[in-house]
Amino acid sequence: MSLIHEIDFGTPASRSEKMITLTIDGNEVTVPEGTSIMRASMEAGIKVPKLCATDMVDAFGSCRLCLIEIEGRNGTPASCTTPAMDGLVVHTQTQRLKDIRKGVMELYISDHPLDCLTCAANGDCELQDMAGAVGLRDVRYGYQGDNHVFAKADNVANDRWLPKDESNPYFTYDPSKCIVCSRCVRACEEVQGTFALTIEGRGFSSRVSPGMHEHFIDSECVSCGACVQACPTATLTEKSVIQIGQPEHSKVTTCAYCGVGCSFKAEMRGEELVRMVPYKDGKANRGHSCVKGRFAYGYSTHKDRILNPMIREKISDPWREVSWDEAYKHVANEFRRIQYQYGRNSIGGITSSRCTNEETYLVQKLVRAGFGNNNVDTCARVCHSPTGYGLNKTFGTSAGTQDFDSVEHTDVVIVIGANPTDGHPVFASRLKKRLRKGAKLIVIDPRRIDLVRSPHVAASYHLPLRPGTNVAVVTSLSHVIVTEGLFDEKFIRERCDWDEFQDWAAFVSAPEHSPEAIEQLTGVPPQTLREAARLFATGGNGAIYYGLGVTEHSQGSTTVMAIANLAMATGNIGRKGVGVNPLRGQNNVQGSCDMGSFPHELPGYRHVSGEATRDIFDKLWGVKLQDEPGLRIPNMLDAAVDGTFKGIYIQGEDILQSDPDTKHVAAGLAAMECVVVHDLFLNETANYAHVFLPGSTFLEKDGTFTNAERRINRVRKVMSPKNGFADWEVTQKLAQTMGLNWNYTHPSQIMDEVALTTPSFAGVSYDLLEKEGSVQWPCNEKAPLGTPIMHIESFARGKGKFVRTEYVATDEKTGPRFPLLLTTGRILSQYNVGAQTRRTDNVVWHEEDRLEIHSHDAEQRGIRDGDWVRITSRSGETTLRALITDRVSPGVVYTTFHHPTTQANVITTDFTDWATNCPEYKVTAVQVGASNGPSDWQVKYDEQARQSRRIAHTLDAAE
Amino acid sequence: MDNENHRQSTADKLVYMANQIATFFHTQPKDEAVEGVAGHINNFWEPRMRTQLFAILEKNDNGLDPLVVEAASHIRRPGPVLA
Repeated sequence: MSLIHEIDFGTPASRSEKMITLTIDGNEVTVPEGTSIMRASMEAGIKVPKLCATDMVDAFGSCRLCLIEIEGRNGTPASCTTPAMDGLVVHTQTQRLKDIRKGVMELYISDHPLDCLTCAANGDCELQDMAGAVGLRDVRYGYQGDNHVFAKADNVANDRWLPKDESNPYFTYDPSKCIVCSRCVRACEEVQGTFALTIEGRGFSSRVSPGMHEHFIDSECVSCGACVQACPTATLTEKSVIQIGQPEHSKVTTCAYCGVGCSFKAEMRGEELVRMVPYKDGKANRGHSCVKGRFAYGYSTHKDRILNPMIREKISDPWREVSWDEAYKHVANEFRRIQYQYGRNSIGGITSSRCTNEETYLVQKLVRAGFGNNNVDTCARVCHSPTGYGLNKTFGTSAGTQDFDSVEHTDVVIVIGANPTDGHPVFASRLKKRLRKGAKLIVIDPRRIDLVRSPHVAASYHLPLRPGTNVAVVTSLSHVIVTEGLFDEKFIRERCDWDEFQDWAAFVSAPEHSPEAIEQLTGVPPQTLREAARLFATGGNGAIYYGLGVTEHSQGSTTVMAIANLAMATGNIGRKGVGVNPLRGQNNVQGSCDMGSFPHELPGYRHVSGEATRDIFDKLWGVKLQDEPGLRIPNMLDAAVDGTFKGIYIQGEDILQSDPDTKHVAAGLAAMECVVVHDLFLNETANYAHVFLPGSTFLEKDGTFTNAERRINRVRKVMSPKNGFADWEVTQKLAQTMGLNWNYTHPSQIMDEVALTTPSFAGVSYDLLEKEGSVQWPCNEKAPLGTPIMHIESFARGKGKFVRTEYVATDEKTGPRFPLLLTTGRILSQYNVGAQTRRTDNVVWHEEDRLEIHSHDAEQRGIRDGDWVRITSRSGETTLRALITDRVSPGVVYTTFHHPTTQANVITTDFTDWATNCPEYKVTAVQVGASNGPSDWQVKYDEQARQSRRIAHTLDAAE
Repeated sequence: MDNENHRQSTADKLVYMANQIATFFHTQPKDEAVEGVAGHINNFWEPRMRTQLFAILEKNDNGLDPLVVEAASHIRRPGPVLA
């Protein structure tokens, strides 16, 4: 094992297809036109000394160290800013260059502390490396003059010196070590796109400044870590490196937060994680990260982690720690007893979108082969199940059509019902990069999300629709495109069913779908909608990115189909830069769906009624699978309340906090006789559990995650599971205890079984992943290296299907009692129910959920910023503090749901998507008023949670 | 049943869900509507949900959309409950 080092070519790669050849130090080098001489040298294995250049940002030419000589040209140009040209003869090492470089280094070092031995970057410092590379042996100027290094000179304070900024919880900024190479400033601009950093002052006074000479924590900094990664010295350093020291080995793995699925190097010292550094060859993130993946991994060693199995008779009892064997036996006995007593279909399981594909596959296999029913569901039920339904109906595949690289080729982007800068930050950075280069943006969202207006990015159009009117707006976009003749007839005739198109075109052309007609419902100015439609239809490559603001509605599936219609009508499918792109919520929500987590589908989205498919599994597993669909999560809870569903195995999901209508979820769980929670922490659902099986983190196991672009990425074990076993081992043990003959010794064998049984995964194996880094399914004989872009020649279903999408108002309506509409979302620093991020220093950015309310609505109710407010819906009420803002329109309020004390889902209703039962989180009619503090429910809930988390420790004999 | 915690009975919910499905298929071409509703319920509703639906169908004033009633003959009747 060793530390993985990607090659730093100094400047970004050129995209040109024209190749040129030059000679560097006697070597002939052929590179694409536009490549810098620095990069061309590195291609030939020649490292030109450099400080301000790194290939994550454009060349800058400030450090004057990378100078070269070119035959026939005067002077010593910088190799980073000088393009390679055909026939050049370049020398990187001459006496003249050596002298200049040494002189430059001498100047740098004369204003730099010489505490190398005790410096956190010792062993990983480019300044140190360059001093060595140029042979610096002496600094003639001394260190006593004007400097940024010493706090005092001759007992007089040094005005140029600044103390360390330790305000960010994850990294420090030590101005005394800064060489003003601007790499951090450029990383913040070019890679992250936040523009939080700048260089203040001029000449010798220049220094890096977050915001307007602020502390990092007070500036616009989003703590993505790009600047820390870019810094060549110890100026910006991870606090973990300062505390632990330099890592000694690393493994490439995949982030366990959002659906972008960034690749990281987990840099280790023994079994201790020193830091997570984004992996440059990661195809989803291309070397970038956000605050969660980069820094928020502290939960994995948090003291709240439960490490021993526990059981209890009643949920009012304290927990009792037991051996693993006792826990397995207890669960197996209980599940068999319940099935004997209440029937085979009285138990089920929930797979986790946070666990690996292999673990998910085993849980659904346990349910289908072990429980003998199809009562398995996954948290995709509450997020992207409408995506699966809608895209399958229209295109024939339940997944997005592109890879993330595709955004680099797009000309017009529609972002609808998604807030990428908070929910999918690394994708947002890639999108912003493209927008800064000229692509146009249309945002369809009730809230003025950051993308609408942020530094150097502005949406051409923002359609601030009323929550719940997506279908009306998207159908109306199509109305404009069809009635104004802007559709792509050639594409439609070739690729889609023409009769269906005509039927659909007649439907959307009806006057009631015109922007003018729907304005009353949606609140979107018709002229803006028309102009947005024209831009999308005529602006070049058009891509649509969407999130849970599309799916989590009673018409979620209809909106997905409306989006698919819009993409087909404008010919935006089947090539780079276009497509329909669901931004998946959780790291493995795509994978959990692929692996057969839905109650009606076997792995690979094949309906359980299909005899041929069942036959494959019947033979392999030696069982007879049921041909009837099982219960979905909301149906399980209904059946539980009805008394026909009595036991459940929940792996890595917190349905009590994340699912809507908390009281109903609680009633369902309370009605069951054996609730088994398999998780890292005693989550909210565990308050209702009878058995707790400790889980393992993504750092503690091997496996794969599949991200939003269908990319299967490896997860690699870097430390032993603190609880003793990876989650797949626990499921296997449970299955064995229930009498199943499973003998997997490594997750790769589980993937082999997936490949054997599932045509779209036929070519996938750990060997292939090792070789290729990652692949995107379908990966089989037809596409041995996977499929970055789908539906290129024809749609997976043959002809693309246009579906009529009539707007139907949700039954969740505002009225005199509940005049406001509540919608919910995420914030950058927190993740989902917060079980992980709340147990990290990320809480400094978001320690509580706040209710965003427009000043107009606040004033009417006498609410001031920061006041406690009570929010009431037909389902329940809760309290939280108000945040007065104009990001939401009057009549709309917004909150996040990261903290269990907020209990935002006490308020959300049990309305669901018509096709998939995906809950309508995004629309709840509410009233807001002043409050004195927590609601009765919150107080009662807190007490119940406290009681139910008690653990009775067995006393030592000595005591 | 504790009505505070279960504001709608499962039967009410099933009627509501079936009607939601019917509402979508009302907007689709006429010849697809009946098959559409029945197919959707066959594909996604677990047997005990369909059993409950048939029980609801037997009642007068069951609150079901006429399209659901029309589709009923195409909805698969669940077999005997498995032990």
